[in-house]
Amino acid sequence: MHSTRSTIFFVLAMTSVVALVLAFLFNGLKDTHERNEIVYNKKAILSAIENELGEKIEEMSDERAEEIFSTKIKQSVYTVEGEVVEESFIASRYKGGLAENIDLRKEKKLADDEKILPVFEFTSDAGKKYYIASVRGSGLWDDIWGYIALEDDLNTIAGVAFGHKGETPGLGAEIKDNTNFKAQFKGKKIYDKEGNFKSVYVRKGGAKDQTFEVDGISGATITADGVTEMLKRGLKYYESYFKTIKG
Amino acid sequence: MSEIKEITQKEAAFSFGKKERKLLTDPLNDNNPITVQVLGICSALAVTTLLDKALVMSIAVVFVCAFSNLIISVLRNSIPKSVRMIVQLVAIAFLVTVVELILKAINYPIYVELSVFIGLIITNCIIMGRLEAFAMANGPWKSFLDGVGNGIGYGIILIIVAAIRELFGKGTLLGYTILGDWYTPNGLMVLFPSAMFVIGILIWIHRSWNRNLIDVS
Repeated sequence: MHSTRSTIFFVLAMTSVVALVLAFLFNGLKDTHERNEIVYNKKAILSAIENELGEKIEEMSDERAEEIFSTKIKQSVYTVEGEVVEESFIASRYKGGLAENIDLRKEKKLADDEKILPVFEFTSDAGKKYYIASVRGSGLWDDIWGYIALEDDLNTIAGVAFGHKGETPGLGAEIKDNTNFKAQFKGKKIYDKEGNFKSVYVRKGGAKDQTFEVDGISGATITADGVTEMLKRGLKYYESYFKTIKG
Repeated sequence: MSEIKEITQKEAAFSFGKKERKLLTDPLNDNNPITVQVLGICSALAVTTLLDKALVMSIAVVFVCAFSNLIISVLRNSIPKSVRMIVQLVAIAFLVTVVELILKAINYPIYVELSVFIGLIITNCIIMGRLEAFAMANGPWKSFLDGVGNGIGYGIILIIVAAIRELFGKGTLLGYTILGDWYTPNGLMVLFPSAMFVIGILIWIHRSWNRNLIDVS
């Protein structure tokens, strides 16, 4: 039989070996993991302007996504008051110091006046400008998030992309997977004629207003309500910024 | 004399005869971990909504099951009995973390989709069960084959269930549309209860088709 000492020695030896191997593997793959995560996020952002790009995001190579991002997209960061945030301040929160490095999961928890907002400004080949805003909210099970591309009037939606952490596939997850759902947002407006903020409402049972509403997804009412709430709150943060751009 | 004996033993250790083939094929049919032993149901419910998820999950489980069996079998004579379960868990957790890190590096989108379920392989009772029942008592080569067999046995059911659920729940297979616009996707198929029904029906079919499984009593 094993003595207590040999048992302790065995456990210590085994856990040390395991810890050592895992530490090496983790360090060796760390750069790849970080690169993958950044490219994944970039593709998610680009999918909001998929129509304008004229390229399918699903078939896009990682290099191509990086290239578009570095040549056609201008990143900037603003406060909720609409003031430019310096790179050094962003870097104090997120390594890298660019809009793409901002973790909205952490921003969501901060008080409104401490939040910083990433903006991705895309210039198409025709010279048209699009502004992509990031929003984050809650679905049925966990977080949902979205990238909303606005045309240069900062009112008309040019395209959207949603993501989620754990919505039910086939139901709530349709906000990400169903292209018809996302396509509905194109052309919708977030301000009414008087300039009041309206946002876009995902209505259960079908849109009643063609300008500010889209059809909900049957069986995914709570996720859809989450999208409505996320858009309303998330885009509201950008109001001051929109005003400074419009002049 | 002893040298010759050692060599023959080594050769025998890696042979692939009738017994070894049985180790691989038994879990596919007569002793399937899901439909016969009814183990690993939890993850079978969770990751079978889409076929690609189920495929990646199956590969991960085959890998973890085979290599944890191998590691434990190699160590089986030196593991102190009082901590054997903890040691088994360390081996499983180690391999699962390896799978997670590698998957994150080679296919990030799938890694994001599977999220916690890769980590939950650690709690899959099939793997722990094989370590206790087989690897602790058999040689490394046999244990490895047993692990591969059980992993595949689990994977096959996972893939069948996922194919049925994706086909009827979304009208697609691996993301390609199979059933056209005329088909209204059945929302129930993407929810967890449907996996229970599908697995139940599979067990029924399996038992009535395989005579060996019919309970004589």
